Amino acid sequence: MLNERIKPIVMPKWGLSMSEGKLTGWLKRPGASVALGDELLEVETDKITNVVEAGDSGILRRVLGEPGTVYPVKALIAVLAEPDVPDSEIDAFIDAYAAPATGGAGEEEEAGPRYHFAETPAGTLRYAKRDGTRGESGPAVLLLHGFGGDLDNWLFTIDALAESATVYALDLPGHGQSAKTLADPTLAGLSKAVLGFMDAAGIDRAHLVGHSMGGAVSMRTALDAPERVASLSLIASAGLGSAIDHGYIQGFTAANSRRDLKPVLETLFADQSLVGRKLVDDLLKYKRLDGVEAALRALSAALFADGAQAEILAGAVAATGLPTLVVWGEQDRVIPAAHATALGHAARSVVIPNAGHMVQMEAAGKVNALLKEHIGTPATGTAT
Amino acid sequence: MSRKISMKQAINEALDLEMRRDPTVIVMGEDIVGGTGAHGEADAWGGVLGVTKGLHAKHGDRLMDTPLSESAYIGAAIGAAACGLRPVAELMFMDFMGVCFDQIFNQAAKFRYMFGGKAETPVVIRGMVGAGFRAAAQHSQMLTPLFTHIPGLKVVCPSNAYDAKGLLIQAIRDNDPVIFCEHKNLYGMECEVPAESYAIPFGEANVLRDGDDVTIVSYGLTVHRAMAAADALARERVEAEVIDLRTLSPIDWDSIVESVERTGRLVVVDEAHPRCNLATDIAAYVGQHAFGALKAGVQMVTAPHTPVPFAPSLEDLYVPSAEAIAAAALRTLAPTGTTPRSIAA
Repeated sequence: MLNERIKPIVMPKWGLSMSEGKLTGWLKRPGASVALGDELLEVETDKITNVVEAGDSGILRRVLGEPGTVYPVKALIAVLAEPDVPDSEIDAFIDAYAAPATGGAGEEEEAGPRYHFAETPAGTLRYAKRDGTRGESGPAVLLLHGFGGDLDNWLFTIDALAESATVYALDLPGHGQSAKTLADPTLAGLSKAVLGFMDAAGIDRAHLVGHSMGGAVSMRTALDAPERVASLSLIASAGLGSAIDHGYIQGFTAANSRRDLKPVLETLFADQSLVGRKLVDDLLKYKRLDGVEAALRALSAALFADGAQAEILAGAVAATGLPTLVVWGEQDRVIPAAHATALGHAARSVVIPNAGHMVQMEAAGKVNALLKEHIGTPATGTAT
Repeated sequence: MSRKISMKQAINEALDLEMRRDPTVIVMGEDIVGGTGAHGEADAWGGVLGVTKGLHAKHGDRLMDTPLSESAYIGAAIGAAACGLRPVAELMFMDFMGVCFDQIFNQAAKFRYMFGGKAETPVVIRGMVGAGFRAAAQHSQMLTPLFTHIPGLKVVCPSNAYDAKGLLIQAIRDNDPVIFCEHKNLYGMECEVPAESYAIPFGEANVLRDGDDVTIVSYGLTVHRAMAAADALARERVEAEVIDLRTLSPIDWDSIVESVERTGRLVVVDEAHPRCNLATDIAAYVGQHAFGALKAGVQMVTAPHTPVPFAPSLEDLYVPSAEAIAAAALRTLAPTGTTPRSIAA
């Protein structure tokens, strides 16, 4: 039944709440040759619209999903295979595939990430944990979101990394569903909170993946407790230079209506149509919680006062020799992509075209491939 | 942390959290304590439908059972508000408002204005509205337009548990009198609600569904009928945008006009009687401010101009249905002079 030469393309699951998605259109025709990372189709959920990138290469032998139709998560919508695989094998594969999807994709099979809460010195912190999907648990990876974000910023990342690692995604203090009080709104304070969480969750050592402010927190953590950090992956990271769009920070902090928040969120993406109603609603729900505005103001004052980043850690991190990957969206309007080279030869640096500040969402396939490569084989000091 | 709770639980939680946060918050009303602690008391109910159940055990005498005299205790709540407390007075059925009009309309609503801004009246008057509960004509009205008519009052009518909690917390923190209308047929409806405190600002409508063909505006229970109508319309390839007003005073004119400027068509749904209600108000506003955008006459779907019937079969026909809303939307799309099809919603 399992034919290694035939690769299924299924409706993806982006985040815990997604149960179905609308296939809005195919970006490849049946029979087209597909390379790893090629854009295959577009899927719309109530939260975000995104392209699905090929996780394998091959010929798009069958297209089963109809544009404009809603499919449940994991439904088979296309098949990739090499040209020499006979049609009969593909037909057999499709027939066999339908069975588990309809027959009882029970709760047991649904091994997606789960929300947990950890009691830490920084208060109750929420996190998602996804065990490695290929048997052995693999190394621990800890994902740290940016200013005003939460662990759902990794909705395209968690499952992909779980193929070879045990993935944790944390809501930093003041964010998501974690405690809204910030004992110390500096990078040192947040780094302490991250280490406190690692203690509480029993993580000795982890590969840290940080986005934006979370990148700066990762760097601070690597400097404060080098023995606990296996590698750094810095995505559109703060802490690599002084420039930052202060208008974004102020606008995000101040906005309390849909009409005010939507244009602010649009600056996060190269393709502004990605900002859907649900994304704005979810952020408003977060921003309305008591204590959030005070937390964001405290962070903004400590980290980004006077329109510049307060702490630049590039030099110190470069000196550690820690395996480091830097990824940026070329059209980042919050922190300039020029910061991608701040670590020089001490890091591998990749700038991805047609993506903005939320590059891990906008170019998820490419970023996930880079992260897997970096975490899987952390080679020191390779420059490209 | 977020979990599913009912609108009734959400209101209870909002009262509990605000009483914990602010010692000046008090709660008063008929049977809201339900005789807790009294001799022979078996099971304190906490309000006629149990909304305040359990609060007396947590906050003691900051909850007060009052005599069956709305004019007396609503007046007392307003006086206490003017003197520095933040009372939440439960009127049970909003229909009883009539006996305390002077306290609300002439006193609470006017203090800030007549005392030159030196007096504030941070009182919340909450109570049940709406038909469908088999409670007959004197316990079933949607009287929201009476309150929106009076300057100085803020008027809120949530459609779900999440909004009810955030809007009630905002109402308690607000420094003006707020009339908080709870549709009794929504009390059991559940949705995801954070356990933490949060406030939803007044005057910010909620867009529940995006669509480019027709705008449907409503509030309270009929929001759910509007959503069912939008689902039925989508099957006919008509995409309706559904706006839940959440607060009626202040009202989010900008969201309504922005949507109509895009869709060119408007259906306003109001469970109140058809004369001088929110539907006529919104239709008139759009006619004045977005006439050029309209591609068809504005459609209003309201209750009829009769008292709420007690006969269940008639009461079920009384509240605007999803079918009636969908039919109104199709009327805005039909070429002039033609009769649109009706569809099942």
